[in-house]
Amino acid sequence: MSDRSTITFTGARVVDPASGRDEIADVIVSGDRIAAVGNGSDGLRVDASGLVLAPGFVDLHVHLREPGREDAETVATGTAAAAAGGFTAVCPMANTDPVTDHAGIVEQVLRLARDSGYADVYPVGAVTRGLRGEELAEMGAMAAHGVRCFSDDGLPVRSARVMRRALTYARTWDAIIANHAEEPDLTEGAQMNEGELSAVLGLAGWPREAEEVMVARDLILAHGLGARLHVPHVSTAGTVALIRQAKARGTRVTAEAAPHHFTLTDDLVRGYDPVFKVNPPLRTKADVEAVRAGLADGTIDAIATDHAPHPPEQKEQEWAYAPPGMLGLETALALTLTELVGTEEGQGTLTMSRAVAALSTKPARSRGIAGHGGPIVPGAPANLVLFDPAQRWTIDAARTRSRSRNTPYAGMVVRGKVVHTLLRGRFTCHDGQVAGGRPGDGRARR
Amino acid sequence: MGAQRVLAAEDVARALKRMAHEILERNKGADGLVLMGIRSRGVPLARRLAANLTAIEGVEVPAGSLDVTLYRDDYDRTGPRPLGQTEFPSDIAGKVVVLVDDVLYTGRTIRAAMDAVMDYGRPTAIQLAVLVDRGHRELPIRADYVGKNLPTSPVQDVRVSLVETDGADEVTVVDREEVAAR
Amino acid sequence: MMRHLLSMDDLGPEEITEVLDTAAGFAGVALRPIKKVPTLRGRTVCNLFYEDSTRTRISFEIAEKRLSADVINFSAKGSSVSKGESLKDTALTLQAMGVDAIVIRHWAAGAPEQLTRWVDAKVLNAGDGAHQHPTQALLDLYTIRARLGRLEGLRAAVVGDVVHSRVARSVVRGLVTTGAEVTVVGPPTLVPERAEHWGASVSHDLDDLLPKIDVLYLLRVQSERMHRQFFPSPREYARLWGVDRDRLARLPEGAIVLHPGPMNRGVEITADVADAPSAVITEQVRNGIAVRMSCLYLLLGGEARPADDAGRAESGGREVPAGGRPRR
Repeated sequence: MSDRSTITFTGARVVDPASGRDEIADVIVSGDRIAAVGNGSDGLRVDASGLVLAPGFVDLHVHLREPGREDAETVATGTAAAAAGGFTAVCPMANTDPVTDHAGIVEQVLRLARDSGYADVYPVGAVTRGLRGEELAEMGAMAAHGVRCFSDDGLPVRSARVMRRALTYARTWDAIIANHAEEPDLTEGAQMNEGELSAVLGLAGWPREAEEVMVARDLILAHGLGARLHVPHVSTAGTVALIRQAKARGTRVTAEAAPHHFTLTDDLVRGYDPVFKVNPPLRTKADVEAVRAGLADGTIDAIATDHAPHPPEQKEQEWAYAPPGMLGLETALALTLTELVGTEEGQGTLTMSRAVAALSTKPARSRGIAGHGGPIVPGAPANLVLFDPAQRWTIDAARTRSRSRNTPYAGMVVRGKVVHTLLRGRFTCHDGQVAGGRPGDGRARR
Repeated sequence: MGAQRVLAAEDVARALKRMAHEILERNKGADGLVLMGIRSRGVPLARRLAANLTAIEGVEVPAGSLDVTLYRDDYDRTGPRPLGQTEFPSDIAGKVVVLVDDVLYTGRTIRAAMDAVMDYGRPTAIQLAVLVDRGHRELPIRADYVGKNLPTSPVQDVRVSLVETDGADEVTVVDREEVAAR
Repeated sequence: MMRHLLSMDDLGPEEITEVLDTAAGFAGVALRPIKKVPTLRGRTVCNLFYEDSTRTRISFEIAEKRLSADVINFSAKGSSVSKGESLKDTALTLQAMGVDAIVIRHWAAGAPEQLTRWVDAKVLNAGDGAHQHPTQALLDLYTIRARLGRLEGLRAAVVGDVVHSRVARSVVRGLVTTGAEVTVVGPPTLVPERAEHWGASVSHDLDDLLPKIDVLYLLRVQSERMHRQFFPSPREYARLWGVDRDRLARLPEGAIVLHPGPMNRGVEITADVADAPSAVITEQVRNGIAVRMSCLYLLLGGEARPADDAGRAESGGREVPAGGRPRR
């Protein structure tokens, strides 16, 4: 399809939280823009009845592994997986090798994404040089390339002094510090959630306090400075409660939760299959309920996958050796719909509109990512996803678009499948298939 | 019913008496004899034979028990079975060990019993006394002392009951199809 | 018996009794002139030890050889493992070589269970990280039963570094399953409240408990725990939870003391306690061989038996009807 083509998606349920719309309509896409939303068609007609048409999803937390771990994933394969999952923009974390702690790597990642053209990337820069937690990284140089969020994710910013400095310094650009909340002194050698099961399995436990102690610290620091904080991968009920209180007090905090933390619990660790090993770890039912409640009442703003690919030989080792992390891009929509959105009106934790908001609108807003997350109005860039909310399918680890296979949901039957993903009017995913991208189609995000 | 009694209580008693005499005749007395009863029913039979020998010769004849479970050749097929007691009443070097069993059939139990005895020590000789020999040997094994020779077919079952284990002495032959039909 | 022996959590009271009764049958083998039976002749057992452990490996090796099995010893040091071979590749190699059983000791909890996914062989856990050490618990239960005549209703105390101990997890579970009343004892840093999830009570006061128990099980306390601030010094540990002659005297008549070895004389146990008549430590070691023979025998026992085990044909697989007896 050329840039000049016009497509009309007819009869879709347009769910666009940014404009408050949730109704059946025809959407005309012309070139790279939305031309009209309403009644009427032009150009090629694509029957979208039965499908939901929403702003393309935005993932605040992915690991694309390039540069350095291309055996697990590359920017190309990772963004292809994103397109398969309905995402049009993703934020790759900085724990690459070498670390994304200076402008050169940011530029490299942007270029790789542009060249493969599957999705827009908004790289997250490191807070500290080399993720060592000691010296601040050159936030300014990275900000010049559009970076507005910094995180040492994978590792915490251990020192309160450094964290305070980082929050203060980031205010220059009103940038966000996203701290991986883990007090390392409490998680030495930890392998799974600390609780009844860890006592039985003989695996060292990762106590909830290790996360909550740091979240509390960061919230207090951010509040005192009026600085912007983002809490990644919320996993415990206590963390949800702390964020709720902080928001009520006016702290400038946003938060995300990963699908595995609103779906899976630590009893999956029985059997010692490292595909269930993740940081922060799978917790208990009570924590899962609290995360869902947090999404329902807005305490948790976004669903972010923490997509963490690892090659099979790494995940087929002894539990203690295997690196933590799970795939997420290709299954986020299905898990959100299956676990959180009911099939009937009034059922479920989230309405369809709130689910789309959590996957798209709110992440885009919280990160200041323009052009994604809606609104779906004439003149806006056509970054869209069309999905079938009723289609059932079985998650198959052998058929991932990602280079890796470490999905904890293998064999699960879920509801909700991406049919089309459009990046500026071009199909990155068509009829459920991600084709090769075209060089030069993506744009550098500034 | 297809069950036929071939030995009544008195027949069993007479057979054991005769066998005791044969043992004494063959071994020229009771010196150096050790009776080893095999598995469940061989054990009380060995004790009765020993008592008979003592009654005739006036000397104590030691009797023990032998569990051959660990020496069986069908472990692969049957899987682990509960282990029984093995007790050698005395040292067997230089002695004549008389194995005692209720029924001799394929001969595999006796082969296993001989291996067990050899692992325990080096007897001068091993002899075999059985209450019933029902034929159909699969190994070159023969009994030295037989209570009754009983030709049977493979679809038949030979049942030995003894007072010590079953409350009464008798030997019956049962047809397999009848049992299956039950 | 199940397909693998990975954890005491997998054994019910009947299965434990079966192991112990069978072990009693094997105890006699050690007393014969020829300490060997041909039962596992032609089977190959591999001792796959990723952690050094001479005592346990030798115990298993003797058990395997007394059953006439062929034994392969694979230790991680100086082998392909030290050159970076993964557990999975080692497993696939053993699988290709057709071993019948693998006895594995590994520093990572869960490694034996992961191994079962890659091999057809039977897997026997000889200790995995802090998780389980089932044959240790079984030989301890055997020793207790041999000395005290029963397991049900006994009152037992397991003292020491419970949270890091695979022996503790296995022994507590085994005692609870067979109907004993178990208390775990030690400082809260080593004996956390959540140990109640194992079915035991938790206490931090050893002296209070001593007059009320039949079985005192002492765990080894490693000095490296002190360096990680689990307790301030060996001296303080010994003073509060170590068993010396005075504490031994507080035990009721007939109570016994066990220790899985190796002992830290002077920390959790003093020399005169280790050598006292009520300490059954050498019996534990001796019983270990019979118990391991029992486990191997039950594990390698052919195909799964049908429910009716009245008797099987000796030859040709010919069937015996219900109530029939094996033919001779």
